[in-house]
Amino acid sequence: MSTLGTTGTGMSGAGATPAGASSTATSTGTLSQAGSRTTSLGGFDPSAPLLQVSDLNVRFPTEDGSVHAVRGVDYALRSGEVLGIVGESGSGKSVTSLAVMGLLPASARVTGSVKYRGQELLGQSDRSMSRVRGKGVSMIFQDPMTSLDPVYKIGYQIEETLRTHDRSLSSKAAEARAVDLLELVGIPNAKERVRSYPHEFSGGMRQRVVIAIAMANQPEVIIADEPTTALDVTVQAQILEVLQTALQETGAAMVLITHDLGVVAGIADRVLVMYAGRPVEIGSVEDIYYEPRMPYTLGLLGSLPRVDSTSRERLTPITGSPPSVVNMPPGCPFAPRCPLHIAECDVAEPPLFQVGPAHNAACIRTDQVARAHGHAAEVFSETAQDVVLAAEVMPADLATGEGAREAVAPGTPPAGQTEAGTGRPDTGSVVGTGNTASTTGTTNGDRA
Amino acid sequence: MSAPATERTGGGAVQRGEPILKVRGLEKHFPIKGGGLVKRTVGAVRAVDGVDLDLYPGEVLGLVGESGCGKSTTGRAILNLQPATAGSVVFEGREIVGLSRKQMRPLRRDIQLVFQDPYASLNPRLPVFDIVAEPLIIHGLTKNDTELRAKVRQLVETVGLNPEHTNRYPAEFSGGQRQRIGIARALALQPKVLVLDEPVSALDVSIQAGVINLLDDLKNEFGLSYLFIAHDLSVVRHISDRVAVMYLGRIIEIAERDELFSRPAHPYTQALLSAIPLPDPRRERARQRIIITGDVPSPANPPSGCRFRTRCQKFANVLTDGQRELCMTVDPPLEERGTGHLNACHYAEATSVL
Repeated sequence: MSTLGTTGTGMSGAGATPAGASSTATSTGTLSQAGSRTTSLGGFDPSAPLLQVSDLNVRFPTEDGSVHAVRGVDYALRSGEVLGIVGESGSGKSVTSLAVMGLLPASARVTGSVKYRGQELLGQSDRSMSRVRGKGVSMIFQDPMTSLDPVYKIGYQIEETLRTHDRSLSSKAAEARAVDLLELVGIPNAKERVRSYPHEFSGGMRQRVVIAIAMANQPEVIIADEPTTALDVTVQAQILEVLQTALQETGAAMVLITHDLGVVAGIADRVLVMYAGRPVEIGSVEDIYYEPRMPYTLGLLGSLPRVDSTSRERLTPITGSPPSVVNMPPGCPFAPRCPLHIAECDVAEPPLFQVGPAHNAACIRTDQVARAHGHAAEVFSETAQDVVLAAEVMPADLATGEGAREAVAPGTPPAGQTEAGTGRPDTGSVVGTGNTASTTGTTNGDRA
Repeated sequence: MSAPATERTGGGAVQRGEPILKVRGLEKHFPIKGGGLVKRTVGAVRAVDGVDLDLYPGEVLGLVGESGCGKSTTGRAILNLQPATAGSVVFEGREIVGLSRKQMRPLRRDIQLVFQDPYASLNPRLPVFDIVAEPLIIHGLTKNDTELRAKVRQLVETVGLNPEHTNRYPAEFSGGQRQRIGIARALALQPKVLVLDEPVSALDVSIQAGVINLLDDLKNEFGLSYLFIAHDLSVVRHISDRVAVMYLGRIIEIAERDELFSRPAHPYTQALLSAIPLPDPRRERARQRIIITGDVPSPANPPSGCRFRTRCQKFANVLTDGQRELCMTVDPPLEERGTGHLNACHYAEATSVL
């Protein structure tokens, strides 16, 4: 992922309509109003999804076999909607969005379909993708320290995205627009600050610049990958507000990728929960938080300490760790950690079953989960008590009958338990290789 | 003081006695050197600038704040890992500040540190057994190899790991398990106080919950006292008995857990609490959020008077010019101001923001 390349080339094009109406004075002829965008639809059915991802699969060839990082992701993003994608590190949520943007390394094997306004994006040349990136679909990355180019001034980086998509834009007009954009995202003294370098900004301010770049060309879809994860909580609140402003100004739909269930609760209309490279539950934000049907979603909510709760109940952690996405065993990938696990779970990976209007969950025991009505303790009670003894399953371990296995139904097949860390940078990343080749049940990771 | 467990009462409340750890006027300044051949000190980053804390036996004291507020430096200065510039840290009646490394060593048995990053704090070339056994060997606490093995085995079991796996290397464990190894190492010397520096912030939520539960259990089982340093207020609320909020090198509010979360009095604490997104869509969308502007000022050059005034929503929107004068000129000390607990705001007012 080159720094300028990813944000830079993508973001460009039609005018921003900065918040202050005063900005129109500075605009050039290309500064379009939000409404004018619809004229460029070109026979596209407005009721159809803006972005349609179907059966997206991403594999990375490695020495240990193919890492199947994304295994059949389907979603549709409608105009003006905010779709939250949540999951733990290694669940494939970031790879999914990189695949949509065509930003994966050439070695990645991507199959399936990604349609933006009915136009297939997969397999397009980098050159034609550059016309979509930034103008149609733009992206905000997690780390504002690395997604800006340290050797170019902020103003130049914004102007570049504008002029890439609009060659006729004069440099003066581009600079004026850059100032407007910076004002819109709440950077004080924007006129002077366009001449600053990224290192002269704090983390929160840099992320504002990244948002300004992402919205510069009035994209219809903004993909935000952990946009606030690197920031402090008071700055996070500021940035979330700026994001909301950006959505209002551009009328864009957004895919918000995060591991923070609080952020999603406040901003998303619909939520997609990912586990081991697949969507395991999708529904409206209320369905997901109050009536989850997939044990994983329930467990995730139950393991969160709540700042608004006075109780000191024990948390209900999920035992074990996410499976390796190298050589996945058959059956539900969550089964080894699931308190509702039965033998049938190991037969085949469940598809997404419809469990309510626009609510789907990949679990054969959703009726059991339904009874909990979002109270994780009812399903995960064992894990709350046993944690000191049962704890986690050893990652590189395939031997049975130890650790958390006791909390799981007997007869669980030895699943590859290793951390598939494509993880967040703060956790470092460890791609599990210890057990990958072993399906025999012996402990190949054992160096003793 | 030697039996902290007996001082605990039910429900997590702690009966005060003598504090086991007493911090007064703690300062840690890092010099800023000028350029040129002769490196002269041209200023100081006042990372910790006058911190007072008491930690009671069997208590969990949460220390929260944003990055750069000095919470980690406070933890390190208390342990004398970074010698304090000024102030005093008294552990069980004994002054720590100014002790040499050698003089510190016997005290290290009683105060241990758990680091944030379980990927960086464990030696990748040592098997887990050696990592956990190292403190026992250094302090000569076991007579022979059999005893050492038994002890390590017991420690590893205590933190919920399989003792069969102690011949493995840290790389073979997941993040949550590594943090457990770090905790086992810290527990090896049977300390009285654990300083936990962001112990769960590098972990995924489902894993994090297990480590929090473990820390809770260990505290109850061994009667430990924790100084729990974290930026995540949800975690702090879950585990702490009392909570101190830091801003720019100072403690600006300190109170019993529920008191602080339900009736915060300092505008910064209020903003901090209101900024936390709740994982509950209806409540989250119904909330009024206090958004403070700007970023934390440089600790090399803190604002005059109240350090928070440059970002304070109360200073900007509520106070009159006459009232602002006080904020700009007088640094508010940490004291009780009719809100039921200590805070450092001239115009403190307890309100609920959650």
